[in-house]
Amino acid sequence: MPKTIFEKIWDDHLVADLGDGSCLLHIDRVFLHERTGSIALSSMAEQGRRVKNPQQVFATMDHIVDTFPGRGDNTTMPGGKEFITLLRGEARRAGITLFDINDPRQGISHVISAEQGIALPGLTLVCPDSHTCTLGALGALAWGIGSSDCEHALVTETLRVVKPGQLGVRLEGRLAPGVTAKDVILQLTGKYTAAGASGCVLEFHGPGLGQLSVEARMTLCNMAVEFSAFSALIAPDETTLDYVAGRPYTPTGSAWDAAQDYWRTLHTDAGAVYDKELNLDLTQIEPSVTWGTSPQHTIGVCEQIPDPGAEADAITRNGMERALEYMDLKAGRAIASVPVDAAFIGSCTNSRLSDLRAAAKVLKGNKIAAGVKALCVPGSTQVKRAAEQEGLHEIFLEAGFEWREAGCSLCFYAGGEGFPVGARVITSTNRNFEGRQGPGVRSHLASPATVAASALKGYIADVRDFAAG
Amino acid sequence: MKPFGAYEGIAVPLLRNNIDTDAIIPSREMRQVSKKGLGTGLFAGWRYLNTDREARALNPDFVLNQPQYAAAGILLAGANFGCGSSREHAVWALLEYGFRAVIAPGFGSIFYHNAMRNGLLPIRLPEAAILNLCNADAARLTIDLHNTTVATATGLSYRFEIEPLYRDLLLQGMDAIDLTLQRQDAIEKFQARDRQQRSWAYLR
Repeated sequence: MPKTIFEKIWDDHLVADLGDGSCLLHIDRVFLHERTGSIALSSMAEQGRRVKNPQQVFATMDHIVDTFPGRGDNTTMPGGKEFITLLRGEARRAGITLFDINDPRQGISHVISAEQGIALPGLTLVCPDSHTCTLGALGALAWGIGSSDCEHALVTETLRVVKPGQLGVRLEGRLAPGVTAKDVILQLTGKYTAAGASGCVLEFHGPGLGQLSVEARMTLCNMAVEFSAFSALIAPDETTLDYVAGRPYTPTGSAWDAAQDYWRTLHTDAGAVYDKELNLDLTQIEPSVTWGTSPQHTIGVCEQIPDPGAEADAITRNGMERALEYMDLKAGRAIASVPVDAAFIGSCTNSRLSDLRAAAKVLKGNKIAAGVKALCVPGSTQVKRAAEQEGLHEIFLEAGFEWREAGCSLCFYAGGEGFPVGARVITSTNRNFEGRQGPGVRSHLASPATVAASALKGYIADVRDFAAG
Repeated sequence: MKPFGAYEGIAVPLLRNNIDTDAIIPSREMRQVSKKGLGTGLFAGWRYLNTDREARALNPDFVLNQPQYAAAGILLAGANFGCGSSREHAVWALLEYGFRAVIAPGFGSIFYHNAMRNGLLPIRLPEAAILNLCNADAARLTIDLHNTTVATATGLSYRFEIEPLYRDLLLQGMDAIDLTLQRQDAIEKFQARDRQQRSWAYLR
């Protein structure tokens, strides 16, 4: 019987059918970070439970650790140090590999699990972090879980999972210059709402994928959770295998041969069926930006902010009105030309080398507008060093950006470093929720190139106006 | 986990779509490695007029601060409740505040699962049904998990669907890890076979 890639991975991890559509699935890798990994490990310790197989478990410092040069265990976040020292202590006790603050492999969990070859095609990988779906770009079944489920995975190497439905998203056509994977996932969420993939695992497929690098595919899959998907998947192809080859935890020798043979079977068979299907014509997508407080509040950079009055559903209309009030914007206004106070490039969505290159290409030889605070936070120490070898840091610094150590940084406000109350930020992150980047802070999501262009202009700008775009 | 059988309580309407877990418990309110001490941070961005944790000023316009809802134990919400971040702190904060159930047209999938794991009952009902429940003034609702119904004192009653596996866990207040550990043999058998077939997937 023809199967989807999801069904193949699911079936190969099935330990037991628990009935009623629930299954006990084998979990191949668990990744932890200091914010949610610390609570999972300390709760386990309280109950006298042990990590069953520490060789399959990894941990990093990304969420709470500062990104200032010369950082240490002390953080600007009140109480932050406890998260860091607790994770370190518990990881040591359990024998878990930790990519600690000064480790050259440190970085955002979803960036480094790909970089280190910890996430691989066909594996199941979980992390108590919603953006774990990023790793679906490699053909891994990877999803975010809570702390209780994390404990379950650590203690039993399995999870009890209700089988999700399947949504196929077929991508067709080539992206126009200046348009990126970020714009694609923003438009998908804008068109079908933030609940659009509810209850489903999503597979991106179709001829439009070939043009996307693995890093671009990670951006696409990263925001599947903002589209309410259980996770996202992309079948591994030669581009994926080239990416995976030779990484520190990638299998070698005969194991590599066996893995490759298996990975080449991981595609959706002709005749396999999804529960729902969507088509997306990539030629029609523009550089995009959000205007409101949900990723579904997306428009093209040349468009006007929509009118809540045109919305029939009362709850949706009220939501749009609340969003406009919070964002201090009016319906009908062109989004381009809205002034920004700050620009942020970073996060598990857009902090890899290709993202920094795209932004640097726009910034090169230019200066950001007066009064704009701008930061670039590489996704990993390895990305940071690679960027420095290419001289990208000089482009950022000369343009007026701060150049930071790797971490999640200002993707969210944890009570330490933050943007001023009410600041308007153009940001390459994934969530424009009320207060996400700080009390009263107004976040506009966009691609790194659009963030760079807007930082130069001092207002939300169309990256296509820059020759380099 | 506290078992969930039947519950009767006041329902408070917060009819917004896409209430994310950052709104339920902002990152800045999660200052300790603990499942406790989170109730006062619940909906902090909406519930208080300031961000000073030492001198909170209540926002009188926010529905939770209105006296008739002071003892609310059921939250009525819009679609996609609990979307966003995986933080289980959102569930712990709701429970510590005093909520035992959330009724919404749909939930973020990680939140839904986290709620079940902690004995906070997430109930899916269509938006129209939720609007009817809201219209029953400061409604006292009765939730019966055995029969999977939500009812008002005035005779309005809705049946909801819940995965039987979750229902049984909630009714018995069972710990999922303990249950799974009973299947240790099946897990070891799987791994013995899997190590042959997918040796490349194992790091030792």
